[in-house]
Amino acid sequence: MTETQTQIPVTVLTGYLGSGKTTLLNRILSENHGKRYAVIVNEFGEIGIDNDLIVESDEEIYEMNNGCVCCTVRGDLIRVVEGLMRRPGRFDAIVVETTGLADPVPVAQTFFMDDDVRSKTKLDAVVALVDAKHLPLRLKDSREAEDQIAFADVVVLNKTDLVTSDELRDVEAAVRAINPSARIHRTTRAGVALDQVLDRGAFDLKRVLADDPHFLDAHDHDHHHDHECGPNCDHDHHHHHHDHDHHDHDHHEHGAVSPIHDVTVQSVSLRGGEMDSKKFFPWIEKITQMEGPNILRLKGIIAIKDDPDRYVIQGVHMIIEGDHQRAWKDDEKHESRLVFIGRELDAERLKRSFEACQAA
Amino acid sequence: MPTVAPLDLDGHCVTASFLDDIPFFALADGMVHWLDHGQRSVRLHDGLLSATTTAKNDLMISGGEDGKVMTLTSAGVTAELASVGKKWVTSVASGPQGAVAYASGRNAWVRFADGKTKEFAHPRSVEGVAFSPKGMRIGVARYNGATLHFPAADGTPTELQWDGAHTGITFSPDGAFLVTTMQENALHGWKLVDAKHMRMTGYPAKVKSLSWSAKGKWLASSGAPAAIVWPFTGKDGPMGKAPLELGTRGNTMVTSVACHPSEDIVAIGYEDGMVLAVRFADAKEVLLRRPGKGAITSMAWDKEERRLAFGSAAGDCGVIDITG
Repeated sequence: MTETQTQIPVTVLTGYLGSGKTTLLNRILSENHGKRYAVIVNEFGEIGIDNDLIVESDEEIYEMNNGCVCCTVRGDLIRVVEGLMRRPGRFDAIVVETTGLADPVPVAQTFFMDDDVRSKTKLDAVVALVDAKHLPLRLKDSREAEDQIAFADVVVLNKTDLVTSDELRDVEAAVRAINPSARIHRTTRAGVALDQVLDRGAFDLKRVLADDPHFLDAHDHDHHHDHECGPNCDHDHHHHHHDHDHHDHDHHEHGAVSPIHDVTVQSVSLRGGEMDSKKFFPWIEKITQMEGPNILRLKGIIAIKDDPDRYVIQGVHMIIEGDHQRAWKDDEKHESRLVFIGRELDAERLKRSFEACQAA
Repeated sequence: MPTVAPLDLDGHCVTASFLDDIPFFALADGMVHWLDHGQRSVRLHDGLLSATTTAKNDLMISGGEDGKVMTLTSAGVTAELASVGKKWVTSVASGPQGAVAYASGRNAWVRFADGKTKEFAHPRSVEGVAFSPKGMRIGVARYNGATLHFPAADGTPTELQWDGAHTGITFSPDGAFLVTTMQENALHGWKLVDAKHMRMTGYPAKVKSLSWSAKGKWLASSGAPAAIVWPFTGKDGPMGKAPLELGTRGNTMVTSVACHPSEDIVAIGYEDGMVLAVRFADAKEVLLRRPGKGAITSMAWDKEERRLAFGSAAGDCGVIDITG
């Protein structure tokens, strides 16, 4: 039966024109890594490689006819993926390149909402390329650049040779402010190791948090920062806009104001004890139903009372997925952690209602 | 007892059909195989995306990943009808007087028998294209509805609106109704004389296969554990009427339907490869083929109404002789 065939991993590449997407794509297509990639592009354009696994596709966003404004999919991807998957064995993975202004959400949702696509493929990771030089300008004049970063699992901070070390620190801090859980790689000429962008399993509930146990700790995974911030950290460090203490969500009250502070995306990190399953699951359902349009991503590890396993959860807008991941280790604290990345999130209410789900 | 002559091919069968009473199987890799005193084959495309046959069953018309529209005769002669460049040709249709329609990206084309071509640009992707059985008219399935063009005349197209993405399209054999498949698990229809809407919902899965019964009295569809067969006998089509549910199975889905050419009987192909024939009047079932390796993707009856060609997603194709 078809269900048993392995799902092909799909990597989504986002980033503005000039951020280095084409350079990275050319590397994926030409480097000797032992894997074959089918690449879905918006235009054949600059990819100077002749390969019959490069498919051109017109970006086609379809709103589902169910009254939900955030239920959007990419119709062209459904068709192209279906076509590609009729000839399996030609490639090991798929890379989707989006246009500079593309909204990454419909692309990602296609891999959750379309049953046919979902049965044959799985979203591996969303990779955002960011031009270190031009990010401040992009954040000022568009929402897409911010969305792309907010939505990414991996951010490739490219063209770092074109900025000073101070500028780079600010740019990286802005990226971190928009998305505290993404892995950041500093590169020139999109020179990131390909195993850092491909086959990440970032949407794989079994892997996503196992590889990265501290993803919610809001410290820097790549150790570019020189300190970690605990949940009550309130010292003045101008490049951290996300609010560890959940009391202050106005970035401009953090002190230093720079052009890079044109961010509307915020993250809310929640931390609590063991949850009452009868309270937590209805709560997360309700929150995602009500706040879905404002939630770009959510990720969490939940400790459920009387459950020996860690429960992991992730979501895109209103779509949430959860599963038991593995047993809690003996020395692990049974703690629940949840991060929301989005806009207009009521951090105080989220915190209060999340904590109310804790088991008595 | 029906007998099955299997034909084990390598790859996903896009279209199974008869050309001049010879069974043909068009695979997704671009190879077409047929059974004419032994197995023969030809490469029609590098990647075949859609294929259909003319009403007379004398020509196969196909679109490919190679951007080409090709034809194939029952003798195995291929010809290139058109090329759109590097983009995929995702949909093809055969029309009256030798006309062919094809679609790629946001454009649809009609090629007349004399080789003249007319192009129709749309603001959104053309998801499906079909000819009306009457007059020179095509229907295009698109986001938020369907568009009707009259390729032989200059004039404004007719727009039929219905929110949502429409992915496939078919006219009823009398030309009175237009029905689309949708990205949602539903069909949508329009009565063309007054553009009255027909909503056909309740499917647990996307509808990918549609087949009109003899004289267009019924429309059979996949997308459920049974073949869902809508009545089109009244002047308002299926509105206010319940569909038939034929060949219901508990553990698998219907993936392909093909109505018998003259009687109210439908061949039903399932996800597990089983094929049943079911009569509308009393829902009586006859097993035509036991489950196989892959989901049934395409079926076609021959003109003598004796044989049924079938193709599957795993390549285990064949021809069923219902007379045994």
